[in-house]
This record gives sequence, structure tokens and C-alpha cells, in this order.
Amino acid sequence: MLRDITLGQYYQAESVIHRLDPRVKLGTTVLFIISLFAFDGFWGYGVAALFLGIVIKLSKVPFKFMVKGMKSIVFLLSVTVIFNLFLTPGEPLVQIWKLSITREGVRLAVLLSIRLGFLIIGSSVMTLTTTPNQLTDGLERMLRPLNKMRVPVHEIAMMMSIALRFIPILMEETDKIMKAQLARCADFESGNLVRRAKSLVPLLVPLFISAFRRANDLAMAMEARCYRGGDHRTRMKPLHYEKRDYIAYLIVIGYLVAGVAAGKLIPVLLGGVVL
Amino acid sequence: MSSTQQNFAGCGDREGKMGIVKVRDLIYEYIRRDEEGNVEGITTAVDDVSLDIRQGEFVAVLGHNGSGKSTLAKHLNAILYPTEGTVWVDGKDTKDDAAVWDIRQTAGMVFQNPDNQIIGQVVEEDVGFGPENMGVPTKEIWERVEESLKAVGMYQYRKYSPNKLSGGQKQRVSIAGVIAMHPKCIVLDEPTAMLDPQGRREVIRAVRALNDVERITVILITHYMEEVIYADRVYVMDKGRIALQGTPREVFSEVEKLKELRLDVPQVTLLAHELRREGFPMPKGVLTDQEFLEALEHCVSAVM
Ligand SMILES: Nc1ncnc2c1ncn2[C@@H]1O[C@H](COP(=O)(O)OP(=O)(O)OP(=O)(O)O)[C@@H](O)[C@H]1O
Ligand SMILES: [Mg+2]
Repeated sequence: MLRDITLGQYYQAESVIHRLDPRVKLGTTVLFIISLFAFDGFWGYGVAALFLGIVIKLSKVPFKFMVKGMKSIVFLLSVTVIFNLFLTPGEPLVQIWKLSITREGVRLAVLLSIRLGFLIIGSSVMTLTTTPNQLTDGLERMLRPLNKMRVPVHEIAMMMSIALRFIPILMEETDKIMKAQLARCADFESGNLVRRAKSLVPLLVPLFISAFRRANDLAMAMEARCYRGGDHRTRMKPLHYEKRDYIAYLIVIGYLVAGVAAGKLIPVLLGGVVL
Repeated sequence: MSSTQQNFAGCGDREGKMGIVKVRDLIYEYIRRDEEGNVEGITTAVDDVSLDIRQGEFVAVLGHNGSGKSTLAKHLNAILYPTEGTVWVDGKDTKDDAAVWDIRQTAGMVFQNPDNQIIGQVVEEDVGFGPENMGVPTKEIWERVEESLKAVGMYQYRKYSPNKLSGGQKQRVSIAGVIAMHPKCIVLDEPTAMLDPQGRREVIRAVRALNDVERITVILITHYMEEVIYADRVYVMDKGRIALQGTPREVFSEVEKLKELRLDVPQVTLLAHELRREGFPMPKGVLTDQEFLEALEHCVSAVM
């Protein structure tokens, strides 16, 4: 039951986006998110939508597949939107009982759903086209300057990749322990919250013990294979910028300029029609 | 121990022809402490063990649970250090801090649970982990990964996630991960204990190939007697000491002694032993079905 959860949900396909350096994708995602909050006016979001659409098209990940993974987030999104819709003070448009929908509320709600929706789609494009491994590699390289501030960047990246490797194993184990305890008449489903939390103890204790044993074994195996931290290490798959990565950076800069320009200029050209 | 003393102790041995592994008077004690740090109890896991292993040998170590096999194995990789006595790997004292990485590279180690020793999320990346740590240049890492995966017959799985492999396949990946470091010697601590018979055969076949073809010294710790018959030499451990040693044939001739040490003997060996006890002219230390059949034919023609 627990194994159905997919993590880091990578979608295998042959596309330019898949082949890009993970640092480009990470950087672009961050810039894209910033741009969503920096642009004002709907024209800027038009440019963002266009950019996102083209990237999705290029990535060859089916849009349906992308949306399927976001159902749970849609609920969260609608709650936020509804709150904004009703609770923003301003010029009332519709009055329902004591609640009123205001002009400002509508504007804010629409803006917010666009921002959050794009943010989620944008970052899932990154996780769908980049393996967790490439992501940790990319993060390690990008954050390397922090090493000077004594942030253990290599160690953090190593921890992330080991966690990713062991999550499926531990999930399988949880499943096994759960079944073993169910066979001994354990009950994980009924009762109030306190009782249910208590019923998790016989699940968590063996799980933790086993996780510690695994961690111990793994540390020994790593040492036996000469692991001694990030120094002196060479890489089997070092990150190299290719021509396409530089082009990608240029395109992203182009996108940012176009977005800002569209937000500022088009309304002026249209004669000050501000939405 | 100071480094001058070490060199002095190692000096005489280095002049003579020294094997790949040399253990002298090794004693190791696990010390259990309570919360305040007071000594609660001492377990002497390895008790006065000496052994010599030559380059290219296939040595098996037997012994029932808790006889100190794993503890001994961990000394050969400088994971544990002797409480007393000395361990030399390829002429280097394991207590010498400067030599630790050389030793770990010379004597690779494969553990029992394949899940807990595979670090990479893709087979090839895991095999590359050791060479990466050693600082091998990228191009050479790829060459080493390819050759090691081919040596254990896992090359076609190089892009797989380790989670999608069977136990025997995972264990062969672990072995590839060790040989990618180009060790002179591999220590395998019950590599087949968690595998089904099919997986066990795969792993043992891979290990024997390494020994035959690549001439890598193999130290195989195991519970399974069938795996021992291929060894050049067998050590049997009991309560931290070496109770028996010799060729598989010599060791398995001592059926009574092995039973005393709570070890099984291969079934054909046992059958031959029982027949001999009943007065049939069976030779001592029959190891394989083939040998047993031949001996039986002899026997029958002698009795007739
Ligand atoms: N970490 C430890 N702390 C304390 N005692 C230990 C520790 N590891 C092992 N021992 C003890 O040392 C002795 C030898 O253990 P060791 O693991 O070397 O045996 P083994 O021959 O490998 O057994 P097995 O066949 O079960 O793997 C045992 O009595 C064990 O209880
Ligand atoms: Mg053991």
C-alpha cells in the first residue's frame, strides 16, 4: 500500500529539457518563481504562460501526467483562493449573507491562483525531467560556494541521495512490519486520534531499530570503500556546461526581460487600460 | 603504538616473503559499558589467532554463530584494530593510520546484507563509488565500472535501480563495486547468507571466477559447507580461536570434530563417513557427488 507513493517522480523521455544540465534547470526554476512574484499586470503572466507552455511542450512529458500528480495540491489552492475571494476588503461586487466578494478580492484570487498554479507546474517540470541524483549533484555544485561559510554542502548532498536510495527500502519494511503486526491483531485504523497514535508505537519502534542498524551497516560499507568525505573525490559523472546550457540561460534572460517589458509597456501602449 | 615500534616489528617479516594477509597473535575484545562508562563485561571475540594467506589463494573461514568470523574479517579491512597482536595487509600494519586507505583499497570487503551496502541509486553509479572515493580520473572510472560489471556478469543491468534486482544480483553488484577498486584481496563476510539457492550459486560462481581468472585472493566467510569445497584452504573457528585448518579434504575428514563444533558436513561427506564407520572401505574426506560415486564403485567391486 505504501509503495504506491512515487517520490521525485521522474518521467523518462528523450528531450532537450531532460538533457539540460541540472544546474540550468534549478536556476531557471528559481528565476521563474521569482519572476512570478516580480511581474505585475496580466501581460507579464501571459509571457510566463507562454514560456511555461513552450517548456512543457519541449519536455515531452504529457500534460495529463503532470496534472495527475497535482490533485491534492488543487484542494489547498482552492482553499487559499476562496479565502482571498471573500476576505479582501474593498469595493463589493456581490453580497452573500455577511460575506462579500470585492473587486480587489477577485483580482487577488485570480493573481494568486495563477502564481501558485504556475509555481507548482514550473517546479514539477523540473522534478519530472531531472533524476533525483542529478538534482543532488546540481545542488551540490551550485551551493559549493557556501563551503567557505562552513556549510557542509557535500555531506548534505550525500545525505539527500542516501535518503532517496533508502526511502523505498524503508517503505517496504514499514509495509512488512505493518503486516506482521496486523497478523498479531494490531489495529491501526480505528479509535480516536490518541489511540491511533499509540497504535503506531509497535510500528515505529522496530522500524527505527532497523533503520539504525542499516545506517550502521551502510556507514561501515562506505568506509570500507574508502569514503572519506568530499575532498579528494573525483566524479564519475561530472557536470559540464554544454552549448545548449548557455543557450538555455540566454533564453531565460530573454524571458525575464520580455516579461517585465510586457508588464510595463503593453498597458501603456494600449492607452493606460489597467486591469 | 609508536610508528618506530611498528616498523621495527614489521621489519623482519618484510624481509622474508610475506603473504597478502598476515595475522599474528590477534586478540580482540568487545568492551560493553553501562551509562556511566564503567566496564560491564568483556567479550573476547577473537582469541589469539594467527594466520597467513598467500596472494591468489582461495581461503574459506567456517564457524557457527558468534565464533568471531566477522570480527576477524573486519580487522583485514582496518575497520577494527587489534586489542593485542598485529595484522599486516600487503605488508602494511593496519594500526598505521597513514596506511588505512591503502589497506582498504588492497583488501575489499563484501558484507552480508546487499541492501545495506549499495550506495548508488543506479547500478553503475554504485560500482563507481569506490573509484570516485579513491580519486580515479573520470574516464578510468568508466573503464573500471565496465570491466567490473562484466566480470560478475551484471553489465546488462548497469542502468537499473538496485531496488529492482534480485538478492544474488545485488550481491554481485556489491562484488563489482569492490573489484572496481582493483583490490588484491576480497574479504566476503557471509555474502550468501540472505540469498536463495539460485542467488547463492550465482555469487559463488562469480567469486570463483575472480579467483581463477583475475587471480584475486579470496577470503570467504560462510555457513554453507558446499561453498567451502572449492577453497584451497579452510579455517574453522570456534569461540574466537582457530579450531581446525587445512585443505577442505583434510578438514572434512574430521567429521566427529566438526560435529563437536556444531558444524554440518556436506551430505555426501557425511554419508561416506557413516559407511566407513560401518566398515566399508570408503576413503576419508569425500567432497563431491562425483567422488562419492567413484568411491562407491570401488567399494562395491571390493566387497563383491
Ligand atoms: N558490536 C559488538 N559489541 C559487543 N559484542 C559483539 C559485537 N559484535 C560481536 N560481538 C560479540 O563478539 C562475538 C563474535 O561475534 P562475530 O560477529 O565476530 O561472530 P560471527 O562468527 O561473525 O557470527 P555470525 O555467524 O553470527 O555472523 C560474539 O560473541 C558477539 O556476541
Ligand atoms: Mg558474522
